[in-house]
Amino acid sequence: MKIKHHLSDAVLMSYASGDLPEAFNLVVATHVSMCDECRARAETFDALGGAIIEDQFEEMAAGSLEACMTKIDNLTSADRTVAPTVRRARGILPAPLVDYVGGGLESVRWRSVGMGVKQAILKTSDGGSSVRLLSIPAGAALPNHGHNGLEMTLVLQGAFRDAEDRFGPGDVEMADDTMQHTPVAEAGEVCICLAATEGKLRFNALLPRMVQSLFRI
Amino acid sequence: MFDVAPPQNSDAPQAGGAYAVAQTKVLLRKGMSRLAADGEQVDWTALVFRVRDHHDKAAFAALFRHFAPRVKAFLMKSGASEALAEECAQDVMATLWQKAAQFDPTRASVATWVYTIARNRRIDALRKARRPEPEDLTWGPEPEPDQADAYEAQQDTERLGAALSQLPAKQRELIERAYYGDLTHSEIAAETGLPLGTIKSRIRLALDRLRHQMDTKASQE
Repeated sequence: MKIKHHLSDAVLMSYASGDLPEAFNLVVATHVSMCDECRARAETFDALGGAIIEDQFEEMAAGSLEACMTKIDNLTSADRTVAPTVRRARGILPAPLVDYVGGGLESVRWRSVGMGVKQAILKTSDGGSSVRLLSIPAGAALPNHGHNGLEMTLVLQGAFRDAEDRFGPGDVEMADDTMQHTPVAEAGEVCICLAATEGKLRFNALLPRMVQSLFRI
Repeated sequence: MFDVAPPQNSDAPQAGGAYAVAQTKVLLRKGMSRLAADGEQVDWTALVFRVRDHHDKAAFAALFRHFAPRVKAFLMKSGASEALAEECAQDVMATLWQKAAQFDPTRASVATWVYTIARNRRIDALRKARRPEPEDLTWGPEPEPDQADAYEAQQDTERLGAALSQLPAKQRELIERAYYGDLTHSEIAAETGLPLGTIKSRIRLALDRLRHQMDTKASQE
């Protein structure tokens, strides 16, 4: 997989510092699962975090080590030592997405938004941002849409083009609210993307606002 | 490689204490005496492995004395009350014990690993939003990791720390605030060039090492 469009330093630093909304964290974790380059960059920003905590000091309360040992002793033996985990992709869905979908692509609960385009909104625990899987038929356009803030779209299968570029599997497109973009899926394969948006996604032409709220778009 | 002064560990184990003796044995046995030579450098990785392999409480106590106050300070600067920070710092250290087998010293120093545990604990405690983790690599931590690789990972953190401390105070503050969660993502993105400028070469070194590591491992698959 030749990935051309990567995550920015600002996004990776926000992921390392834990300050992205959950929807964007999911896109970052999914991209990093597909992209060794961004994995190395993400871990470098973790290392910066390591350097920052090395430089801090706040005295622990008296008896804190003993309190901590008690916590450890109170763990059940199964919890006391956790073996390395191995989370794996299922088909085109990297492990972080498998966790959210609850399985592979066959477990996605698609809902039609018209013109052959389908979406599945993934449940997140914080409000304010949302993340969805989109399925766009080969050759079709994602309905013209706008949004209030940042949008991050990761291609999982197929490819799409916007006015400037082509985005294939693993590529991430970043867009902000100044862009009214109309991604078009390439001929060939159904294009499946993971898209996080700040605020609500607004499809401009397709559906009246009321219907949009019905579909939770 | 040795162009950066070693960090001053104010809480390095005191010579003569029971721990220092145990520590020296560990270091000598692991062939890491060069790290102990000046009495200030401690091989944290060896201590994590003592916890992992032998549930060694003395090794854990040494890790606790060094890292718990750092985690507590980090959490307080992130907005936690002292009581919450104290509680969470203990949780972070308990997690270190639990997950010792997941630590891969060729990818991260102990400080970096502790940072990631503390960050995740902070997210749980203060924000309650999930932070999904990337998929695991096809290779996991090795029981006997390459010592040179592990040493380099440790060096990355030290070099980054030294580079940070040489930044003008305002720039350093901005980076630290980003890690304490004081800056939102848009604020980080808006900071033109994030004051990474002068520490970029250190970031580059750490990045090159990780890239190289991933390439090598991937080709061994």
